[in-house]
Amino acid sequence: MAKMTMVQAINLALHQEMEKDDNVVVLGEDVGWDGGVFRVTDGLIEKFGEQRVIDTPLAESGIVGFSIGMALYGLKPVCEIQFSGFSYFAFHQLESHAARLRWRSGGRHHVPMVMRAPYGGGVRALEHHSESREAVYAHTPGLKMVIPSSPRNARALLVSAIRDPDPVVFFEPKAVYRAFREEVPEEEETLPIGRSQIAREGKDVTLIAYGAILHETLEAASTLQKEDGIEAEVIDLLTVSPLDDTLFTESARKTGRVVVVHEAPRSFGAGAEVVSRLVEKSFLYLEAPIRRVTGFDLIIPLFQREKAYLPGVKRIMRAIRETLEF
Amino acid sequence: MPRKEIDLPYRLEYLSILDENGEVDKNLEPNIPDELLLKLHRAMLLGRRFDERLLQLQRQGRMGTFAPITGQEAAQIGAIATLDSSDWLVPAFREMAAELWRGKKMQNVILLYAGYNEGGEIAPDLNNLPVAIPVGSQTLHAVGLSYAMKYREKKQVAMVFFGDGATSEGDFHEALNFAGVFQTPTIFVCQNNHWAISVPRSRQTRSKTLAQKALAYGVPGIQVDGNDVLAVYSAAKEAVERARSGEGPTMIECITYRMSVHTTADDPKRYRKEEEVEEWVKRDPLIRFQTYLKNKGLISDDQIDTLEEEIKAEIKAAVDQTEKRMEELGDPLAMFEHLFAELPPYLQEQRQELKLELQEADQ
Repeated sequence: MAKMTMVQAINLALHQEMEKDDNVVVLGEDVGWDGGVFRVTDGLIEKFGEQRVIDTPLAESGIVGFSIGMALYGLKPVCEIQFSGFSYFAFHQLESHAARLRWRSGGRHHVPMVMRAPYGGGVRALEHHSESREAVYAHTPGLKMVIPSSPRNARALLVSAIRDPDPVVFFEPKAVYRAFREEVPEEEETLPIGRSQIAREGKDVTLIAYGAILHETLEAASTLQKEDGIEAEVIDLLTVSPLDDTLFTESARKTGRVVVVHEAPRSFGAGAEVVSRLVEKSFLYLEAPIRRVTGFDLIIPLFQREKAYLPGVKRIMRAIRETLEF
Repeated sequence: MPRKEIDLPYRLEYLSILDENGEVDKNLEPNIPDELLLKLHRAMLLGRRFDERLLQLQRQGRMGTFAPITGQEAAQIGAIATLDSSDWLVPAFREMAAELWRGKKMQNVILLYAGYNEGGEIAPDLNNLPVAIPVGSQTLHAVGLSYAMKYREKKQVAMVFFGDGATSEGDFHEALNFAGVFQTPTIFVCQNNHWAISVPRSRQTRSKTLAQKALAYGVPGIQVDGNDVLAVYSAAKEAVERARSGEGPTMIECITYRMSVHTTADDPKRYRKEEEVEEWVKRDPLIRFQTYLKNKGLISDDQIDTLEEEIKAEIKAAVDQTEKRMEELGDPLAMFEHLFAELPPYLQEQRQELKLELQEADQ
């Protein structure tokens, strides 16, 4: 097994899926000769040519609408929106068509496409380059919303997303892109969409997170173990929608105490759905109010204040301690 | 250096073959076999009569809102008749005549507008997309489809329909631009019917024509008399042949007129003058084509009457069958079908919720 960054792992998934299936095409702005602004599509055009690795005009709605057409014909387009902050141009194509064409045509057509986009803060970028709007996509019937947290699960989930018969929005935590390396097997590996994972086992409190912030959550868990002897269980959602509530329900029933963590704004965020499910399914097991540690309900500030906006280890730890002390 | 005029590669033509009196320009008359001419006529007449019947059904409360096509039969049939069955139709929402030509059942049309999702079902052997209501958004799908055809080295084309209003939408421009850049086999058919609900064509753009929009993207454009089925057919045939032989996309602007309402929820008297409509009644695409066919000795008034009866019976049979079918389509649980290939657990739970509610209601 080779140690890889998330960028390399996603690149591996694209190389292997393109090799295996000539229905897979990659398209977007700068994905060809430039290899993508984060180099995620590096080396694809040299190997698969301009027909399958398509540098498109600069038009996000065009990219997604064009991908829908290709998918309707039977191709499996993987389109890149350079930053998720520019995906709103294309939102109506996803909402009005990608998510609905199977339904509208009574099952005759379907749209097996993936829209990849780097999301989230932490890279000292300009406006529109740091936000987390997964809730918008998760709220759209007909779309799947996947957010990996590590190189290995990013690779495995992207393979599943490409093979999925329905449209998948795949948000890549750009703060993790090159943050660390992980062993990624050369041979094929997939992870089912719609399944969460236990990232750390514990018995005292349940922490639920996904994407880049999973790592701060894990750090908070291990610090608390060292400092307070607390054993926190950490659940990595991996898929925001369809949301897998089995593991976190089970865990909450065991610990009775839950903290949900995400970067995205709090109100109406993924955390709100997680908490609702917990209240519906585990209410009588809860020993303390469920806490949400999230971004504030603001537009993420420019990078000088970004750190104060994002839920860091300290903020997560405080919420856990308060939950335990309740 | 002096200022110089830039030599642009395209000029714009207007094509009209059959005038409003049914007089044909012999030099431009396309060589269409008699059998096909009669087929075009039948499809136009069916479109008109079925449209009229749908309007009655809506007025009687047996159907919901729909967008009538009356006046636009030539633009639709002239264009769609140039496709092979393996080609793709990408409609907007005012292409009923073209959709029937492509094998859509009248039953599906009625079901859809009567509020049943089943009306949107597409038979597995038809390369048609369902209607697309968000204006202009479907143009991109045609370009994606036709890129895929080119990638797979198939000699197919995709034909997309849209109206004058759609040319103000960003997606239309992105679609033309992508089609131009990738030289896809796409036929853009604009039914310029002069009105986007209450907003006239002059308010959509300052441009003299809509066809010229294509030129800016390096795509050939042509304007045709959209009430002249021979002109539409000739322009579309040329465009399809060019696309099929690898020479890329074309945009055809059909100058036509929405003789009826935008949708059944609209009252055109609020925004347009009756005299304007009367002017266009004189240019009716169906009447002039019948004159042409009669002049050619291909059809007589008696034969038209027989055909009218035949079509009337066909429509009646379709309406009757549909009403029978509706009785079988009561199950609300069908709303959970076709969202995903597999229903995820949370939707299974929600489906169960509705199922229980329905069982309680039955008791």
